[in-house]
Order: sequence, then structure tokens, then C-alpha cells
Amino acid sequence: MISNEKILNKYPDPRRENLIPLLQEIQELHGYVSRETIIEIGSHLPLPASKIYGVATFYNQFRFNPPGKYHIQICRGTACHVKGSSNVLDMLQRELKIKAGETTRDGMFSIEVVACLGACGLAPVISVNGEFHADVSSKKLQLILKQLRAKDKGNG
Amino acid sequence: MFNIEVNSNLIEAKPGEYILSTLKRAGIKVPTLCHLEGLIPSGACRMCVVEVEGMHDLIPSCAFPVSDGMKIKTHSARVVKARKTIVELLLSNHPDDCLYCVRNEDCELQKLAKQHGVIERTFAGEKNKYFLDMSSPSIVRDPSKCILCGRCVRVCEETQGVSAIDFIGRGSKTRIGTAFDEGLNISSCINCGQCIMVCPTAALRGQRYIEEVQEALRDPKKHVVIQHAPAVSVTLGETLNCKNGADVSGIMTSALRTLGFDRVFETSFSADLTIMEEASELVQRIKTGGTLPMFTSCSPGWVKFLEQFYPEFIPNLSTCKSPQMMLGAVIKSYYAEIEGIDPDDIYNVSVMPCVAKKFEAGRQELSNNGKPDIDAVLTTRELAMMIETSGIEANSLSPSIADNPFGERSTAGKLFGVSGGVMEAAIRTANFLLTGYELEQSQILEIRGLDGIKETIVQLGDLTLGVAVVSGLNNARKILEQIKKGRNDLHFIEVMSCPGGCIAGGGQPIKTDIELIKSRMKSLYYIDKSEPVRASHDNPYIKKLYDEYLEHPLSHKSHKLLHTSYSEREVLI
Amino acid sequence: MADLKNLKCCNECWHNKDNPCFHFIDCITGKPVCHNDVDCEFEQSKKMSQLKNENSEIIIIFVGSGTCGLGAGAGKTIKAISKYINENDVDARIVEVGCIGICTEEPLVDIQMPGKSRISFKKITEEKVNLLLDSVFGGDIPIEHVLGQYNSRLSIDGIPLLSELSFFMHQTRWVLENIGIINPVNINEYIANNGFMGLSKTLQNYTPIEICNQILDSGLRGRGGGGFLTGKKWHMAQSSSAEQKYLICNADEGDPGAFMDRALIEGDPYKLIEGIAIAAYAIGASKAYVYLRAEYPLAIKNLKIAISKAIEYGLLGSNILDSGFNLDIVIKMGAGAFVCGEETALINSIEGKRGMPKPRPPFPAVKGLFGKPTIINNVETLANVPKIILNGAKWFNSIGTETSKGTKVFALSGNINITGLVEVSMGTSIDDIVYTIGGGIPNNKSLKAVQIGGPSGGCIHTSILDIEVDYESLKTVGAMMGSGGLVVMDEDTCMVDIAKFFMDFIQRESCGKCIPCREGTRRMLEILEKISSKPSKGKSISQLERFHSILHLKSLAEVIQDTSLCGLGKSAPNPVLSTLRWFSDEYDVHVYEKRCPAKKCKDLLVYQIDNTKCNGCTICSKNCPSDAILGELKHHHYINQDKCIGCSACLDVCKPKAIFVN
Repeated sequence: MISNEKILNKYPDPRRENLIPLLQEIQELHGYVSRETIIEIGSHLPLPASKIYGVATFYNQFRFNPPGKYHIQICRGTACHVKGSSNVLDMLQRELKIKAGETTRDGMFSIEVVACLGACGLAPVISVNGEFHADVSSKKLQLILKQLRAKDKGNG
Repeated sequence: MFNIEVNSNLIEAKPGEYILSTLKRAGIKVPTLCHLEGLIPSGACRMCVVEVEGMHDLIPSCAFPVSDGMKIKTHSARVVKARKTIVELLLSNHPDDCLYCVRNEDCELQKLAKQHGVIERTFAGEKNKYFLDMSSPSIVRDPSKCILCGRCVRVCEETQGVSAIDFIGRGSKTRIGTAFDEGLNISSCINCGQCIMVCPTAALRGQRYIEEVQEALRDPKKHVVIQHAPAVSVTLGETLNCKNGADVSGIMTSALRTLGFDRVFETSFSADLTIMEEASELVQRIKTGGTLPMFTSCSPGWVKFLEQFYPEFIPNLSTCKSPQMMLGAVIKSYYAEIEGIDPDDIYNVSVMPCVAKKFEAGRQELSNNGKPDIDAVLTTRELAMMIETSGIEANSLSPSIADNPFGERSTAGKLFGVSGGVMEAAIRTANFLLTGYELEQSQILEIRGLDGIKETIVQLGDLTLGVAVVSGLNNARKILEQIKKGRNDLHFIEVMSCPGGCIAGGGQPIKTDIELIKSRMKSLYYIDKSEPVRASHDNPYIKKLYDEYLEHPLSHKSHKLLHTSYSEREVLI
Repeated sequence: MADLKNLKCCNECWHNKDNPCFHFIDCITGKPVCHNDVDCEFEQSKKMSQLKNENSEIIIIFVGSGTCGLGAGAGKTIKAISKYINENDVDARIVEVGCIGICTEEPLVDIQMPGKSRISFKKITEEKVNLLLDSVFGGDIPIEHVLGQYNSRLSIDGIPLLSELSFFMHQTRWVLENIGIINPVNINEYIANNGFMGLSKTLQNYTPIEICNQILDSGLRGRGGGGFLTGKKWHMAQSSSAEQKYLICNADEGDPGAFMDRALIEGDPYKLIEGIAIAAYAIGASKAYVYLRAEYPLAIKNLKIAISKAIEYGLLGSNILDSGFNLDIVIKMGAGAFVCGEETALINSIEGKRGMPKPRPPFPAVKGLFGKPTIINNVETLANVPKIILNGAKWFNSIGTETSKGTKVFALSGNINITGLVEVSMGTSIDDIVYTIGGGIPNNKSLKAVQIGGPSGGCIHTSILDIEVDYESLKTVGAMMGSGGLVVMDEDTCMVDIAKFFMDFIQRESCGKCIPCREGTRRMLEILEKISSKPSKGKSISQLERFHSILHLKSLAEVIQDTSLCGLGKSAPNPVLSTLRWFSDEYDVHVYEKRCPAKKCKDLLVYQIDNTKCNGCTICSKNCPSDAILGELKHHHYINQDKCIGCSACLDVCKPKAIFVN
């Protein structure tokens, strides 16, 4: 476990205003927000763990399990919906045998549904570890997954 | 003052107040759910909406200020339809098990459904399912019955300064729970049960020990004794159709006997005992330079609060056990000895105004080598239920008095039921211990009443004591923070977890009306005024107990039986 | 490049952030004020011209590198270009610019040869780079890749002007003027393009009240959806005597289907900063927050750079341009909650709490962030401000309708030929936006509806497509201006499905605080699901029940509108009500005939195999996730309807196209 001290020290001012930025930076570092970090933030701010958990579960951004090696965000904005993103999501869930919000057993993939990635002109859009893929059809998606798997094997 | 028009009638309104307050004063009833007197309105439930001329949408009366000339309709067709729909929506996500519910006929949701003529199921759909949280010895949480009014969250945070629970998740998946959706038992919950008192449904309720007690009563080998706490006798009457605040200790004692208890004792007796020990401890601390200010330790919610949030103050906590545990200890030692009963055959029950007492009874520090001194704790509500189940017409019973050796009390012991009472009782005895005389003016008005923090200075002989009386743990936080910052004019602080003391405890009949609480308080003060034995050290049976068994306050034996120590507690906070 | 010292005429200029000069902006964009020097004047005008990329002596290659450009592969294009330049030793400069708004043609690469006009080339993916550069550098313009050329006196014959393209011709680009054209993070370029002149003018000439008045006179209304008069709002906070006030820029852009704010911040962050500074000055705030979506990493990055540059230049921080006005801007990243578009929820979120709205009054302008008077404006609103101050209220309100002035930016998406970002004057018809600017509907399909205003808005039927972009007019047809998402839907779109989509979104994004919104939207969704689900499946839903559902839907919608705590709840039923109003026939078919004419409601679809076409290849049964397709190799296959989940996997893989949907 990487230390959160550095992040906590960036916010020496124990104000509640810093809660969400702290959670964001900690998630950025670890990929998710763990129980330990919530307690750690709680004693830093100080704020009851129930309040932090309440805040963290309110927002879409925070996850409480480690994401996969390839974190796939699928946009479910209006434009993407009109262009068939629900089929893409179905297909993705079928292909990876997990539901949105979950991570595959081998820790390779995780799916996250995002309200809108803001690239509506390229709908339907997915983002893999932050890299956008435009005009994603079921076929294109299969290709992307194939490439990712191959890439992983290539890396040993 | 100006006028507003409500349903075509003019009524007077005060500038700055919310519409709901104006309506209430004028006797106009508007249904509410999330509203809680004294706290900032949250505007969540929308039950209190009214139609205001010139406004496009319906307005929540609890959160909207009045203005001069405002025209309001409180029960227009539009308003009534909206309220009914809201109730129907709540019902569509509520388990339909009213007949199997502890709050049946005492449920705000049920009442609202009836009031709004809900007779058919308008919306049917998926209901949220959650686990029942039975992990706490004091409180049961049933989130599937929760309507998310948020009162419990506010009470836990704003009144008690604990925040063991909060809203979790979002949208229709929103629920109320502890950090990480864990059980209450490992949370920072102090078991005060104030959340139960404000819950409109049965989403929060007390743990029930009626069945265990009934089983013990059926067991011929068991000698079942029961003690009742000072604040129980002035609230139980409400469940027996008596006047608010009526002291029913006489008929309650008879009812308890009818239920089959072998002995009925008064916790007020051991409150006197507590005072003997605690006043002596205070005097000793002052004389020997012990840790000051000393805090009272009879409120189990407060003790847990201190253990987890302010462990540095544990040395300030009086080492006295609470009256419940003291009596439990002497019943299983002194009483067993004089009666010639094996302590293991005694089943020790208590009726408390409190759900935290259930937790207290199970504490390791308060047991006798791991054996609990108290076997089961019932609340006032559970006792009322037992009386009802047994078909006892309590009002037709002739009053009787509790059994000796623990049936007599001073009025000081009885005052334990109200915020400030422990302090008054302790001052009476401390004064006697220090000066050898009774206090001239025994009533200390500065520490009576429902204020959350009350302070005064008392003169005991040549000793000047700064004392404070606190109820509601958010107020305790304030005082503790002051002390942390160096405040040093206080010597003795009484803390009760529940605002107003045990008369408003989490085990009392579920009503939060402030007038009701005042009547309970008045009743206890009336008892204090009208009876002759008004100080713990004047209780003849206390003297007897010391003479025959305990020797003197703070003796070796007292220490073993009546005192304890606490340590820092790790919880999810 | 973007250094303060590069901007100064000579060492005489002493302006810096610690010792600011009142005339800094006038001086560098015009001629020195503190000293008279013809050389300096000449030097400055040359610099400005250079910063505008005029008369460049080297080749400049602009690549559209907004999020949409990158999504289309601009990152790889840039790599290919730099490789080409390095390998061929070409004296050229690559400039990453924002998104000019024509997403369909991304990646866009503009090339400006010395002494020539700037030409835009479309769809330049990495593999096209070498060919393109070879030919352009060789003096040959591959016309098939040309989008158009920029207006200049150096324009090349035979190449269409960008401004004459139908897409651009009918736009009025005020807010978007710089986007896709200048380097978004280069503050010098922004200044050269009249940047910070509005702020400078403000601080030099006007009191805060005068600024509020000007904005009020301009008729500028909130571009985030509500359409409240911005000047009026500012006055409310202006008149408060509180010592600390706050300005919040809402850049959370929660509307799924909108990306105006993202493009604006990515492509021209200084414009927003200038707008914020003027607004903060007007209301008396010394601290401003930008609440920005965490899903917009590039916008965050560019805004961060822009803020630090502006501080370095003394255009933010203390004593800005020696006026005594101080301003700090803090970026707060939103954590993903649509409801945080609501002002009180947004405030809660910045304070580190659950983004649950609070009852109003008190209004944020009186008691907002940390209990202090707070004004919350949307990105586009603030981006309009500098130009209004610079050109005057009259200039601004000269275009638009009676009650809606200026321009509005829309994010055009869905089934439309040109998707992208457009800015039109108020009063433009939706018809013009879809057909004239957006190029109409692709694949010879017909238009069914235009969704405007996002989850709080409504669908516009083709019969009223001539409706003007105007706050009031849109409301009369059950839609609303919203933040500017404009999603075009063709005949293959099912309106019940769209209503369901929005209801699903709303019920997930409802904060859960008030009962009508939390429970009501969920029940509305369930009702929609009921009428679009197979009557035979699971619990049988009687015809009557389906019919009842529709009745409940309307009555429930009314109560939700009437009683919800915040704007999200109050407008939550809009997508359903508007589709019910304009497309009731589609609902009827779903309810009575149990059919989805657009073939979108999976549960109502029956997949079948045409025996005459099936060749028994088994590929469909292999791909069926629910094992619903039976049949042996080289024999006809058939679908077990009880098992079929309507996923369309078979349809996609069937080579002889034997599978059809009823």
C-alpha cells in the first residue's frame, strides 16, 4: 500500500472543503477508495467515517474496489444512446461476463458506465484507461478487446 | 407582526418565521414527516406543502418564511392530491407488514395513509430490500422500513454530535447506514436511541428482551427480581391512559408483581447509593488533588461517547458504576447473601428509560468476573407491551410499594431521572459530607429546566464549586472542547446523553413533544418537593446497607462492587 | 513562447504581477503609454500580428486536439506530423488548437504555408499525414481533403472559404470565436486576439454597479438552462454588504449529450477566466471557484495552465492591473452527480458534502457558499461577458428575439450529418440548425424529433421544427433551452425508449432527498418499462394495467413537478410529458398493439429466421448468449422465443441476412 501521507499533507488545512479533492487524489493514486483510506482521511480532517462514506457513495466517480488493468468507461449520454450504446454495453457485459461497476476475476477489465464523456460528436464513445474510441459498434468493440488481450499477452 | 390569509381567514404571523410555525400557532394542522422542532428544516419529505398565491409550484411550509399579505391554501384539492401521492409513493417502497410491526397503530406513515384515504395500491413496483441490522445490543435497524426523512441522521449529528449514521448512496438506492454499511455494533453509535424516538416508522427500534424475561418468569428455579429506574414511573402512565407526567410507581409496582416478578426494587435506591459513593469520590478528589472536573458516569451513552471520542478525559469520569449496575451488583451479592439464594439462580431484570442500558448491562467492565449482574434490560415501552399482553388492567390495581431492602429511596435518588437531578442530589450529600449539615436551600434552580448546558456556582462550607449540567452530547462536546482549551473553573459536571435527561430517554414511549417532556420533569420535581426524605444520606436503608455490608463509602468492598474503570474504545469513527 | 517578457516592447515596460501597470493591456495591444517610442509601437504591432499567426515565415500546422479530435485520432496524427517534420527537416511549427466544432470531420489539420492562407484539411488520420504533407509542401493542395480555407487577403483561388461553408455561414460565432483557431493555452495569443481588453476596460472605467447594469442592459440570460437575467442576479449579490462573497462558475455540464463547456474550456480557457474576473469584480467577490467535471481531463489541464499564466501576467491574484481588485480562482473537480448542476447542491458539493439541494430561500445570492453571498454562473454565460463589456450592451442585444438576446451554443449530435459545436443567434429556427447547419439526416432517413434541453428538456416534433431558439418559445412546446444539448433523432428512434432513457438517467441521478423525485421518477420508469415489456414474460401484465399505467404516468408527473425540492425534480417528468404530448401514437402502439414500431424496445421484438435464406451455418446459435437458437449444421435454424432476450446478436452475425425482426 502506497502511503497517502503525501496527499494528506497537501491539504494541511483540516477543512471539510478538502474532502472531495482528497478522495479524488487518493483514488487517482490507488485506483479506488479503500476502507483504510476513508478512516485515514477521517482522522486527518477530522470527519466521521459515516460522513465520508456518505459523500463517497453519493458521487459516481468513487469506486470501492480496485479497477481492472484496463478500465473501460462506456458513455451512456443521449447521443450515444441514440446511436446504440445500450447494445455496446450489453455486448461488453456479455463478452467480459461482468456487470457495469465490476472487475473481471483475472483483474484484467472493469466496466464503468459514465453519464457522458462529452464527445457526443463521436458517438457511441468508450474510453479505455482514458483513451477515447469513437463510433464504437459491437464489432469494433470486439476488435478493441482482442487488441487489449493481445497487448497484455505481448507484455508477458 | 403582520397578517397572512390562510384558507380565506386572516391569521397573525411573525416576521421571519416559517409558514408552518404560523399555521401551528393558529391551530391549523399540516402533516409533516421530516420536520423536527428545533432543527434546521431539510425540506425533504414535501408532506407539508401548501399552495401560495402567486407561486408556480407548491411550497414546503416548514422551510418557507411568511411574508406580509401572503395568501395560503393548506388543503386545496391540488395540495391534498400531492400529499396523497407522496404517501402512496412511500408505501410503494414500504414492506406491507403493518400487522407484524412494533409500530403498528403508532406509525406516522400509517397515520398519514389513513388520513389521506389511501385505500388502494396505486403504484406497484420493485421495493428496496436491505438486511436487518440486529448487531447492536440496543438498537435494531430495518432500512427497508425507512422513508429517508433523515431525522435520525440529524439527531445523531446535531443533537448528539456522534454521526454514527448518514445517508449512503444516491437516488432510489439511497439508504441510511453506518460507514461501509457495517453493523451498528462496530460503529460509533453510543446506543442512546434518540434516533428511535424520532423515527416515524419502525426503521429504528429497540432490541427486545421480553421473551427472555418471560422465559425466566416461567422458570420455577429462577428468582426473578426487577428494578425500575427513576424516570420510568413518570412516563409509563402515558401508555395506561393516565395524565401526562403522572407518577404511577404504585400501580407499576403492583403490575410488576402481577406479571410474576418475585421482588420489585427501585433503581432510585441505588441512585442514592451512587450519590453516597460519587459525592464521596468528589470530596476525595477535591481534597487529595485528584483529576478534576469530575464527570458523572451514570449515562451509558455518555460513557461510550467519552471512551471513543475523548479518551483523554477518561480519568475525569467518576469510577462509580451506574445505579442500574450498582443495584445489580448488590442484588447478586448482599441480597443473595441475606436471602440465602444462590446468585446464579437470581435473574436480574431492570426497566429503564434507555436502550443504552441494554448495552451497559453487557459490558465486560461491569460484570462480576464475566457473569452479568443484570440479565435483561427492558425499556418503558417493553414493559408497557408486557402489561398489555398480560391483560392487566393497571388502572384497577391498587398501588403498592417496592420491596425492601431496595424499595425505599430519597427524592434525591428519584431526581436522577431528569437533567440536573444527579447534580442536585450529589450537592446535597457532598455538602453534608463536608459540613455535617443539610443544605439550607436544597433546590438549585439554575440547573433545572431543559437547557442543554446549565452552569452555576455552589458554596459548600468554605468550598466554592463550579458545576455544570449538560444534556445532549453535542453540548458535552462544547464543554469538553472548552476544557481542552484550558477552561478550569468547573469541578463537577453532570452529563446525560439524552436532551432533558432520562425522562426523554431512548427507551421511553415514542413521543418527542416538548410539553410532554416538561410534564414528566414537573412530576419528578413535585415528588422532590412533597416528600420528607430528600437526601441520599438520609435514606435509612442506605445507612443499613453500609452498616451491614459495605462499611462506608469508598470502602474496599464498595470499590469491588460499585466502582469500575474504563478505557479507550476503538470503533469506526 | 508564452512569456510575459516576450510580450513587452522593451525594458521600459515594468509591468509584473507584483508591480502591475494599469495600462498593461492597452499598451501591449496598442502603443506604449508610459513612454513614447516609435520603435516600440512598431515592435508591438509586429508582435501582435505574429501572435495572430499573420505573415508567418515558417510553416504552421494546426491540429485540432480537443477531446473529440483526440478521440478521432488527433494524437496519432500529431505524432506522425512531428515525425515527418523531423525526418524531412521541415521548418514548421505544430500548434495544438481546440475544437472548431465540426466533429464529424476530425481529425482536422490546418496548414498555413508562409505567405499563404490557412487551409483546413479534414479527416487526417495518421496514415494520411505523409501524403498530405508531401503534396501540400510540394505546392499541391489535395482538394479531396480540403475542408476550406480561412479568410485572408492571401486566399487561394479554387478553394472554398470556411466562412462560406453552410456549416459556418449560418453561425454567429461570438463565444466560440477563438476556439480551434488559436493555441488555447498561449496567453499571448489570447491577448493578441483582443483578450483581457474587456477586463482592462472594466477595471479602468466602470464601478461594479455599472458593470452589473451593463450586463442587465445587454439582456444576457443564464445559459445553463434556467435563463435568469444575469445582470439581475449579479445585482442581488452586488447589493449585499458582506465582506466575503463568492463567484462560482458551474462547468459541471451534467446534461448527457452536451459538450459546449468542455470545448469552451479546452479551446479558449482565457475567455472564461476573463469572464469570471469581470463577474467577480461586478459582485465584489475575491474568490471564484470553477466546478469542473472530472471526466474532462483536458479541460482541467488547460484551465490550470491558463490560471497559472494569468497569475504570472498579473491578470489574476492581488491588485490586478493596479486596480486594487483581487481575485483567486480555484478549480474544484466535480465527482459525477448531475444534480450538482442545481445551485444549492453544487454549493454543498464544493463544501465537501453530499450534493443534495437545500430549500430556497435563502437564495445563494444572499446565503450561499460557506454561508456567504454567492453567484453561480454557467461557463457560456461568463464567456459572453468580456465581449459585452468590450462592445457594449447595445451591440449584444442587437441580435436575438424580444426576450432572448445574443447567441446560443449548441452541441449537435445524434442522427445528423454534421455533429459538432455550433453557435447561432437567438431566434434561429431549429430547422435551420438541423438542416442548413447540420446538413440534415444521414442515410436517407427521415427526422423524427429533436431533443433539446437534456433530461430536463423535451422532444421537438417535426411539425414544429420552425420553432425559434428562444427561452420562452421552447417552453411553450414542452422543451427548454437547457444548457445546449441538441440531439437529433431519426425515424429509427423509439420515443418510448427515449423517454425511458431519460427517466432511467433521472432516477439514477436523483439525489434521493425528496420523496416525489426519489420514488416518483423510479415509478415512472417502471411504468414505462411495463408498457415496453413483453406481456407474456414473467408476471402477466393485463391490458388494463398497461392502460392504467399511462393514466398514472401523467398524474404522477404533475405531482413530481409540483412538489419536488429542486429543479432536477421539477423538470424530471419533462421528457415523458413531451413525448406523450407529441408522440402519443407511439405510446398507443406500445400499449395496445404491444409493438415497437422503431424496433428498439427489445422486449417487444420477435426475432425470426427466414427459412428460405438460412443456410444452417450455425453462427447465430454460437453467438446467442441465451442459447435460444436451435438447429444443426446445414439445417434450418429457429429461435425459441421463450429464451430469446432480444439482444440482436444473431442479427448482427447472420451473413445471409436470414434473421428478421417483427
